[in-house]
Amino acid sequence: MSDAANLASLADTLFTLTILAYSLATIAFAAELAFASSSRPKVLVATDGSEIPEARTGFSARAGQVALGITLLGLVLHGTVLLLRGLAAQRIPLGNMFELATAVTFVGVAGFLYLVIRTPRLRGIGLFVTLPVTVGMVLTGLFLYAESGPLVAALRSGWLLVHVTTVSIGFGAFLTSGIVSGLFLVRSRFDEAGGSAAGVNSRVAHRLPSAETLDRAAHRLVVFGFPVFTFAVIAGAVWAESAWGRFWNWDPKETWAFIAWIVYAAYLHARATAGWKGRAAAWINVAGLVVMLFNLLYVNLVSTGLHSYAGVN
Amino acid sequence: MSLRSDAPHLAIDAPEAGQTRPTSPTGRPPVRARVVRVARGWWRWLTSMPTALMLLFLLALAAVPGSLLPQRPLSQSAVAQYFADNPQLAPILDRLGLFDVFAAPWFAAIYLLLFVSLIGCLVPRTLGHIRSLRAAPPRAPSRLSRLPRHAELSTDLGAEEALDVAEEELRVARYRVLRKDGAISAEKGLLKETGNLVFHLALLAMLISLAVGKLWGYEGSVLVQEGQGFCNSFQQYDTYSAGPLIDGADLSPLCVDLEDFQARYEPDLTPASFTGDITYSRALDGPDEQATIGINSPLRVDGTRLYLTGRGFAPIFSVRLPDGTELTDLSAPFLPTDSTTMLSEGVLKLPDLGAGRDQLAVEGVFLPTAADMGGGLLTSVDPRPLDPAVAIVVYTGSVGLDSGIPQNVFTLDQERIGRGQLERVGAANLRPGESLNLPDGTSITFTGFKEFAALQLSRDPSQLAVLISALAMLAGLLTTLLVRRRRVFLRPGDKVLEIGGLAQGGSAEPAEFERVVTGISTALAAAGPPDRRDH
Repeated sequence: MSDAANLASLADTLFTLTILAYSLATIAFAAELAFASSSRPKVLVATDGSEIPEARTGFSARAGQVALGITLLGLVLHGTVLLLRGLAAQRIPLGNMFELATAVTFVGVAGFLYLVIRTPRLRGIGLFVTLPVTVGMVLTGLFLYAESGPLVAALRSGWLLVHVTTVSIGFGAFLTSGIVSGLFLVRSRFDEAGGSAAGVNSRVAHRLPSAETLDRAAHRLVVFGFPVFTFAVIAGAVWAESAWGRFWNWDPKETWAFIAWIVYAAYLHARATAGWKGRAAAWINVAGLVVMLFNLLYVNLVSTGLHSYAGVN
Repeated sequence: MSLRSDAPHLAIDAPEAGQTRPTSPTGRPPVRARVVRVARGWWRWLTSMPTALMLLFLLALAAVPGSLLPQRPLSQSAVAQYFADNPQLAPILDRLGLFDVFAAPWFAAIYLLLFVSLIGCLVPRTLGHIRSLRAAPPRAPSRLSRLPRHAELSTDLGAEEALDVAEEELRVARYRVLRKDGAISAEKGLLKETGNLVFHLALLAMLISLAVGKLWGYEGSVLVQEGQGFCNSFQQYDTYSAGPLIDGADLSPLCVDLEDFQARYEPDLTPASFTGDITYSRALDGPDEQATIGINSPLRVDGTRLYLTGRGFAPIFSVRLPDGTELTDLSAPFLPTDSTTMLSEGVLKLPDLGAGRDQLAVEGVFLPTAADMGGGLLTSVDPRPLDPAVAIVVYTGSVGLDSGIPQNVFTLDQERIGRGQLERVGAANLRPGESLNLPDGTSITFTGFKEFAALQLSRDPSQLAVLISALAMLAGLLTTLLVRRRRVFLRPGDKVLEIGGLAQGGSAEPAEFERVVTGISTALAAAGPPDRRDH
């Protein structure tokens, strides 16, 4: 076996290990939630108005810490997968759908860990990040897998690095932000019902960070992701001008990027508009994530256009 | 981004207190006043934030069919296919403009409304911002302890001295400072609103630039075989589109010849590069210049750009007629139907073989590397021309080029074959040098192939302006998202300096306030009365 083939097969092994790590983290995060004090929420408010999180039992807290540690380990493995794919093919590891999806989930998990560093209370949403990421990566491995290989001529441009890297970073931030906004919707409905709603939702909801914390975290990620995504679209247009002869073609991928950009612009406006901030804005953020996922999956796999580099048959 | 987060800025129709509206004898306001009032109401509705949000969503929604239905500017043939598949539905969708969404009047209506709304909001907001840039910060409120952030520093300095120290400290931290009535108001972060306005003004500039490009831009496409060329005029293009304000005389006098075309592949047959060596001249009888163009590297000459957008093979045939007349070097571009094997389809139409003679058409596939699948069926297994072959069917009769109806140059009119206007007279698989003899004594020889390139020449006079607008949008966006607007107020008490702070828009950041307080505290300590420092 050549060096390149060795590196590529090592990357495949690490991809599996990454999924394993995220699965374990998911279990540990689930244990954290399950064994947290199951009494009704006792929200304590400090003198400066900030909220003191409900104390978690010893086992629950330890499970949460372990989960966070395994997630960090998973992220390191995850990054190594991308690094090895790049070394194996001697190029940026963003040349097909498999690599793009791997990079987006990487940024999504990194965004979550960043939030936890800024606001430790947000560790409580870990389950809702690692679970979809694990499922997403399993699906990526099953349906989007592509052998490591050279790039087609059209992708041999310095703009690949600029455009696809920034798309992945923006998308990853939107991914975690959309999840957090979804949790905000669960939590705020629970709050509106006076904290007494029955059912599974409420059992999970009162263990989530406060609605305000979730709303602010989701907003922070979009504030980061939106300019990055805007730059990615501009870089894509500059590249399109030299590759396809026109800076904007209304290619399906461009059209959906346009739609996503408008939805996130609307989110930022809505969050600052009376009557829209809160739940309506959160719904817009969730819609934005749906548009991004649709653009990744439907447009690459089903429709045909200039962006058909999926590498999936 | 919170362009319209503040109170309504278009309070033009709020009547002054005590002012009465003119009324008609019936007690109703006169028609003119009512019209004005209704118009103002609509204007206020149009420029309100919820309306702008709804228009944004409408615009997003309106773009959806543009990606789900085939679009004429992208692929005429896909639209034709959709018409064939959905004969009932397609004409209805067509009447709604759904096959060219981004040029449809209703799409334009949405974004024009959105931009009227934007202008209606931007103009007063910009004027207001310019005023606030010139104005001093607002005066300190009477009770600083009620502000979201509050601190008290003890100091031995006198009131005026303490304020001197604090003012110096705030100015160093780049606050705008107003000192009045024994108190300080300081303000920072007006750049947030500047960035916000820059973003939206740049958005307007981008729309205008896009319109300019649509009006004065053009592009044309042409297939050019190795050794052939074209000049920049609409007559020479296979297809072209041009803005309404451009005519043929405005086209730059550029002539291009394709000397050589090369395709290179990786060992696993991934395409590595496509390049064309060209000779061009910028003016009639101008000097020849050389260049190599390829994917991702167009030729840019005086604002026009020349692209290599596609490639393919053109098989070459020679025909010997029964009377001994030899026609050589007859070729037509065959279009690749499979980019991985470059299996290509096309037709060579020979309408002019001499008086009284039937026309001839050679229809078929070109296989760069032919492999026999058994039963005389050929396929291509490699995009490189390692072992080329053609599989052809020959027809005689009337190909219909003189019928006046536009024809697809890459296919034969199947109806003509069905009606018997074209008669099939032979078929064969040929390698270079091999011939097919027809019953009437005509012989057709496959002699080789040439490569052709699809070239596109484009001019968009405003694309640099679009790029600059987009970058200005990004700069404005970053500024408005990163800068925080905050105010700090100070008032000295008895051996104490009271400080209050508030941040506008979003969450109050405690860290910045703490930094200011610490800074002033340190400065106060350093500036303590000399007699104390001496002890």
